[in-house]
Amino acid sequence: MLKLHSVVTYYGKILALRGVSLHVDPGEVVALIGPNGAGKTTVLNTISGIIAPRSGKITFDGRDVTGFSAEKLVTMGLVQVPEGRQLFAEMTVQENLMLGAYRRSRAAKRRELAEDIARVHEIFPILKERFKQSAGTLSGGEQQMLAIGRALMARPKMLLLDEPSMGLAPLIVKDIFNVISNLSKQGTTVLVVEQNAKAALAIAGRAYVMETGRVVMEGAAAELSRNPEIQRAYLGKGYKQILDETELKA
Amino acid sequence: MPIWNPTVEKMGAVELEQLQLERLQTTVNRAYRNVPFYHRKFSELGIAPEDVLELSDIAKLPFTTKDDLRDGYPYEMFAVPLREIVRIHASSGGSAKPIVVGYTRNDLDHWAELVARVMSAGGVTKDDVVQVAFDYGLLTGGFGMHGGAERLGASVIPVSSGNTERQIQIMQDFRSTVLVGTPSYALYMIELMDRIGVPPASLCLRVGLFGGEPMSAKTREHIESRLGIIATDNYGVSAVMGPGIAGECELKKGLHINEDHFYVEVIDPETEKAVPDGEQGELVITTLSKEGLPMIRYRTRDITSVTREPCECGRTSARMDPIRKRTDDMVIVRGVNVYPSEVEALLYTIEHVEPRYQILVDREGGLDYLTLLVELSPVMVTDQMQKLIELEEAIKHSFHAVIGLTPRVRLVEPRTLQSVGPTNRVVDNRENG
Repeated sequence: MLKLHSVVTYYGKILALRGVSLHVDPGEVVALIGPNGAGKTTVLNTISGIIAPRSGKITFDGRDVTGFSAEKLVTMGLVQVPEGRQLFAEMTVQENLMLGAYRRSRAAKRRELAEDIARVHEIFPILKERFKQSAGTLSGGEQQMLAIGRALMARPKMLLLDEPSMGLAPLIVKDIFNVISNLSKQGTTVLVVEQNAKAALAIAGRAYVMETGRVVMEGAAAELSRNPEIQRAYLGKGYKQILDETELKA
Repeated sequence: MPIWNPTVEKMGAVELEQLQLERLQTTVNRAYRNVPFYHRKFSELGIAPEDVLELSDIAKLPFTTKDDLRDGYPYEMFAVPLREIVRIHASSGGSAKPIVVGYTRNDLDHWAELVARVMSAGGVTKDDVVQVAFDYGLLTGGFGMHGGAERLGASVIPVSSGNTERQIQIMQDFRSTVLVGTPSYALYMIELMDRIGVPPASLCLRVGLFGGEPMSAKTREHIESRLGIIATDNYGVSAVMGPGIAGECELKKGLHINEDHFYVEVIDPETEKAVPDGEQGELVITTLSKEGLPMIRYRTRDITSVTREPCECGRTSARMDPIRKRTDDMVIVRGVNVYPSEVEALLYTIEHVEPRYQILVDREGGLDYLTLLVELSPVMVTDQMQKLIELEEAIKHSFHAVIGLTPRVRLVEPRTLQSVGPTNRVVDNRENG
């Protein structure tokens, strides 16, 4: 469904991605994990057309989409849920959801939109309860649900999720990840960027581990979860220890 | 026969290339970061991991040789701390330092999977009783094949090598259906069965998986017809992983390479440039998933050729020719390249001798001489000098015709060369080697 072939991206003069290759097959949940500043979000922003890659190739749904605009990619079914949600705080939940269908609202029939809203309400019942409330008054978890719900209104083939667990209580994180897992079971392909490696590896089939703009490991999520290096570095088992060790090695 | 992992074994070329590129990049990134040897080599060549943007960029990367691994004895080449290593094997090093190989838990898991694929291709199923007659120890053959057979769900007998009479007894009593070992050990078993009067028909064997040394076409024919089995060849390199790199399917049209875990190149050993598919050269292997000991462009010294033509079995993987020659074994005598495998093939065509031999190379008065020690077959032991001389002459003649050099021939008593193996097949006594 999605393929990156040696993507190189600069942020101004800073080399952010040093040749990143990865793929996501239809129906998969793939996690991209790694420390802060590794380039995970840059990968998403490059895929979704927010930043143009310097070199390399991105293929989506069999088409070369390298350099395509974010708008164009949304109409093709590739939708990003941004980090920090970026909702319209003054607008109601309902209005925010409708905005998600903006790209297709002209062509889409009223009944289709109603069906889609109903589907989002089914996935996130709380959004139905809050539909007239302004988005700014929602809790962090509800805002994340709204952000995902808004993305679903574009009827995506594939969702790009940027740090969905950010700033959320552990219990809410669990809810959100359950929803992501369910979405994939219903056929939506997911690429999720996470610092919460544990939560991400629990729902992903495969994962890539990034460091300083490079992918340093890849494999089945189950395999990576029991990798001692991952456990120490990202799963909270003796984090400091590995830092010391890599410093020594460097 | 079923394909163990159809998703990858029947993968399309485009998907495979993507997977290989991803894994090559992660391997290079980790090797550069964690193995000082590779960091240094990359710096010397003025390259960085990010220079690998296409699979073909592998040609920019440094080779790794057996000597590099010996210099790193024992743990210098490991890419993870020792406490993440859960298994250690080592190569037989002769008098030199052995090559030490470390495996993480994931490495062992992959190893079993890859050997299971090879065994499944050779016709082994979970219903088989698999007798593993490789040495269980530091060498990779025994434990490597064992892990794959277990993964497959077969009943595994870790009988190891040696005590051959007991081995044959077990094969009869336990009703072993699969024999795993070296082809030369199978030959020896056949001979011993003849001697002690065990008819092959009294065994339940149906399949043999052979590796660890080159198996000539003649040897295969002999083993298959005498034991009444299908014998397949499989390939491993201990420095790279051990068995599980490639193996024949039952069609026996080349060894299917597990390309999702190994990237193979075939190069001209002199120019170090890639040769086209189908042409012979030295096999060079890069590991794509190894955590403990990633290997970049390992020079195997094995001579083969690779084809990417699809196989009728349905697997899409590239296939390599069985290894018949090694650049190491080859001796150059008076400018003539002598490969032991060719000598073996030629001995099969001569009556009254066994295909058991040893090659000695000496320098006398500035001239090189090749002496070929050959075992007489038991039926040929005779006092009639004339017959022996005729036999010697026949061997010399044939050797000259095939290899282009006249050897000195010494016929020896039956079973005197049993201890000759890959490490002492060729004894080069010349000072400059």
